Amino acid sequence: MSKKYDAGVKEYRDTYWTPDYVPLDTDLLACFKCTGQEGVPKEEVAAAVAAESSTGTWSTVWSELLTDLDFYKGRCYRIEDVPGDKESFYAFIAYPLDLFEEGSVTNVLTSLVGNVFGFKALRHLRLEDIRFPLAFIKTCMGPPNGIQVERDRMNKYGRPLLGCTIKPKLGLSGKNYGRVVYECLRGGLDFTKDDENINSQPFQRWQNRFEFVAEAVSLAQEETGEKKGHYLNCTAATPEEMYERAEFAKELGQPIIMHDYITGGFTANTGLAKWCRKNGMLLHIHRAMHAVIDRHPKHGIHFRVLAKCLRLSGGDQLHTGTVVGKLEGDRQTTLGFIDQLRESFIPEDRSRGNFFDQDWGSMPGVFAVASGGIHVWHMPALVAIFGDDSVLQFGGGTHGHPWGSAAGAAANRVALEACVKARNAGREIEKESRDILTEAAKHSPELAIALETWKEIKFEFDTVDKLDVQ
Amino acid sequence: MPFKSTVGDYQTVATLETFGFLPPMTQDEIYDQIAYIIAQGWSPLIEHVHPSRSMSTYWSYWKLPFFGEKDLGVIVSELEACHRAYPDHHVRLVGYDAYTQSQGACFVVFEGR
Repeated sequence: MSKKYDAGVKEYRDTYWTPDYVPLDTDLLACFKCTGQEGVPKEEVAAAVAAESSTGTWSTVWSELLTDLDFYKGRCYRIEDVPGDKESFYAFIAYPLDLFEEGSVTNVLTSLVGNVFGFKALRHLRLEDIRFPLAFIKTCMGPPNGIQVERDRMNKYGRPLLGCTIKPKLGLSGKNYGRVVYECLRGGLDFTKDDENINSQPFQRWQNRFEFVAEAVSLAQEETGEKKGHYLNCTAATPEEMYERAEFAKELGQPIIMHDYITGGFTANTGLAKWCRKNGMLLHIHRAMHAVIDRHPKHGIHFRVLAKCLRLSGGDQLHTGTVVGKLEGDRQTTLGFIDQLRESFIPEDRSRGNFFDQDWGSMPGVFAVASGGIHVWHMPALVAIFGDDSVLQFGGGTHGHPWGSAAGAAANRVALEACVKARNAGREIEKESRDILTEAAKHSPELAIALETWKEIKFEFDTVDKLDVQ
Repeated sequence: MPFKSTVGDYQTVATLETFGFLPPMTQDEIYDQIAYIIAQGWSPLIEHVHPSRSMSTYWSYWKLPFFGEKDLGVIVSELEACHRAYPDHHVRLVGYDAYTQSQGACFVVFEGR
């Protein structure tokens, strides 16, 4: 049974290309889009990826024989063509569960997207999807609260939540910043948000901001009779400072804090999520730096993987983009990873970019956040695409209102509620968007002015409407 | 010539969460929303509270949740009965979703005085 040590270099495919292998339910599965150097066979490239992201080294080593490496190795079990692309192919790789530390997204990524991405035999490599086995998922805490708990805490039911980022994003003093928060919240928003760039700069130290914001939140809550919150950004240079800020937000009685999970890092994020669960705080997650990683079609990590990793690491809300005005594929893809955030089981569906069945078990869901470049005319499409379990955030679309942020907030709230009401009544809100918004504006001068202000911005009605068809 | 500004003054309004920014619904519009709740497979539930306590988590149930009720007319008459019994209370209709243990719909039908 025992093997002999045979020093030298073996072809990767002899060990790591196993087309007969049937993946186990407990295996972690990954789909990579591979673009090899010219002349290197697909099987060799795929096997190299499996090897370099698991147990392999370029040379055979004697110490391999001290263990049963067949038990631990990753295996490429399938190769598929990429439709419409001759130079790339998909490699499906199965990793045994024991390769990864329980509850550590950091560990999974260090293996799967580590050294292998710099491997010379590859021109490009992109991690398209990961199927996390339920056995691994149950070792992660995931979202500190989840959608259901957040709705109960914030008393928001039967509609998407409404938010906006405070602008200008940099340069306001704490008191002025709190003023803008107050205006937005009294006008009808549920949440306001620190811009991701706001940490603790010389013009506005974090403690000063937190205090003024807390006053704005409680004032708006008192005057409107509705629950309000502001995502206090706790992202900091060190974990110690991050926790200090989170503790102070809690001390001020605030419901929600915020973290940037990619620049801050998965370890920091998982730690903060656990703190939030323990301390009864909601956690909003921003995704700065994601486009560096996920935008190139042949290299990097697809955002659906980053979204899955965030659900495991922990967060109650995650930015997902807005879809509106973009290409048809974007809508399908976005719907694909929004499902990964919110549902408990998502079947394989290539038309949405989901390469595997994914069972999340009892892991709580994450609100999808649509933010950036949207205004009131987009509301019907946003409600149709994102559904109720989302946060719709209009920055310029709130502060850019001719009467100011409070009126802008009210305009968005009226438009949102008109769309939800119309949808519930069975109307096709994307097709009838103009009618629905115009009718609603009859009772709201704020909305009428908002519609007028942004009317010249092209409403992508036709494009979005076609996207429902596959 | 008198000064004329085009900027309006937005006055803060006290609202009661979802649909609080829309004008009161007509009877037909309320029927549509009840029909939606029933069509989703949610259980209609009626709650009421004195306006002074509107921000509290728990409003009083009117009877019990109407589990499995599919008759729109029943829900309308229960809403009216609740309003008659507590004319000074807010009365809201909930679409209770047992699967998510959440509320798929929730809005105030009668505002208390």
